[in-house]
Amino acid sequence: MKQVPQKDAPLKLNETAAWIREDVSYEVNEPDAFALEEALRQKEKHGGEVVVITSGPARAQQVLREALAKGADRAIHLEDNAFVGLDAFNTAKAFAAAIKDETFDLVFTGLQSDDYGYAQTGVILAELLGWPHATIIMQIEKTDGGIRVKRELEAGFFQFVDMPLPAVLTIQSGINKLRYATLIGIKQAKNKPLRKVALAEVQSAIGENLQKIERLYVPQKTKKTEHIEGTPSEIAKKLVDKLRNELRVL
Amino acid sequence: MPDTILVVVEQREGKLNRVSWETITAGQAIAAATGWTLEAAVVGGNASTFAAEVAAKKVAKVYAVESPKLEPYTPDAFAAALKQLLTAKQPKLVLMPHTYQVRDFVPKLATAMGRAVISDCIGFKHENGKLVFTRQMFQGKFAADVSFTSDAPWFATFQNGAFRGDKAEAGASAAPIETVSVEIADGVVRNKPQEVFKEAKQAVDLTQAEIIVSVGRGIKEQKNVEIAKQLADALGGDLAASRPICDNGWLPMDRQIGSSGQTVAPKLYLALGISGAIQHIVGMKGSRTIIAVNKDSEAPIFEIADYAIVGNLFDIVPPLIEEVKKARAGS
Repeated sequence: MKQVPQKDAPLKLNETAAWIREDVSYEVNEPDAFALEEALRQKEKHGGEVVVITSGPARAQQVLREALAKGADRAIHLEDNAFVGLDAFNTAKAFAAAIKDETFDLVFTGLQSDDYGYAQTGVILAELLGWPHATIIMQIEKTDGGIRVKRELEAGFFQFVDMPLPAVLTIQSGINKLRYATLIGIKQAKNKPLRKVALAEVQSAIGENLQKIERLYVPQKTKKTEHIEGTPSEIAKKLVDKLRNELRVL
Repeated sequence: MPDTILVVVEQREGKLNRVSWETITAGQAIAAATGWTLEAAVVGGNASTFAAEVAAKKVAKVYAVESPKLEPYTPDAFAAALKQLLTAKQPKLVLMPHTYQVRDFVPKLATAMGRAVISDCIGFKHENGKLVFTRQMFQGKFAADVSFTSDAPWFATFQNGAFRGDKAEAGASAAPIETVSVEIADGVVRNKPQEVFKEAKQAVDLTQAEIIVSVGRGIKEQKNVEIAKQLADALGGDLAASRPICDNGWLPMDRQIGSSGQTVAPKLYLALGISGAIQHIVGMKGSRTIIAVNKDSEAPIFEIADYAIVGNLFDIVPPLIEEVKKARAGS
């Protein structure tokens, strides 16, 4: 799971002009919330344990605490500010190193993040682990030999895929309905194990980034936008005038 | 020998996916800027069928990468096949459209070769001999210029609509086609895909709509969707939504606009409380006129809006419904 700036947080560039100022409000990356929910539902159906993992500075622990409150059993936090700047390749390498002694059957990720939006980390992790994967998943059923998943394709198409375990799945938003943490869940979360992994422990597994953000900037407008201002009723009148006389749709 | 750019085109349902032409256009533009050679590859069980179509474009060569194991599509087979091709041909830069299928296999392919993908790009720049790729970040609030810091091959994928497919230049004569038969050992392909299908109840075809009123998170609650419906009715248009609204079940999935829903190009697209995430914008940026209402003046939807109204949609929409009704009654 990943912590990202809140959707409506006003973002500003920092002095490097290659990243944002980090003094903003954060929230869990939305697709990851659906991935967690799906893991909890699979556990409720089939038993087992749900482990949540994230990388990032101390603030990212909030994502893990919320997940534990919702029902995850334990958490792993790769804690260092340096993780924020890793590319998808190295983030996946750090995760692979941190879970090398675990024996998971399934790894879920959100299908992409709301900050970088690379849509790659889950698939890279699968390749590093040597596991099969499937992306943009809308349904998961256990079968005799493994699992059957429903992949979302483009233009309204879908496809079922049978695959063996262990496997990595990237989860589409909307696969399920998210639950809220209960008060008792929040209370219990405080006593659940949270393993911290320092940068030094995975340093040997990661290397230089393979890509670099040269600069970050507010996109240049390609369209001329006319602002319509005034009181709501003035705006309504102006708009209707446009709809009628310029767009001719009324 | 000059460096080479390789465009991997995509086929879908027995036809070339038309976003492939956009990637060819992108490849031609980068070739023109850098002086590199442009080649293309078609991958699949029946790749040669499509190779001739691609060879008619201005490219130096087309590879038809074939193996019976490439049908049906699996990420294991595609990554294995392309790894063989790229290892043999050693292109500097590999370009693909940012489709769901490419998203499924290209990170695996690049990782298997120890390389990275700059995904979902919207453009490129060639500055002082350095190639950088522009992509959106933070849901479109920022753009980033990103460069490769690794050795070749470099992988980049382009967002749907980033280049004009109809601008792909035709070649003076057909490019040579080289058939590349790849060996994919038994056991490499682990997934067993079933037939592709469409959910039967796709009832609404928004692609033909002339006026669309679309709602996003700013609508806040399911009961508020009603005022958007009233506006759509007053305008004689259709109601649509961004993904989160359909995920919440506030409107059915077939009302969804965006990369996972329908792609529309109405005369008028009225976006209410839609912030304008990339996934939504790719589905509606072809609209002739876009009116956006959002309380956040920095919302990315305003970047592509013709008319911007910064304000609370619950203040704006009710009087707008009344004015539209008045105008209709008077005409």
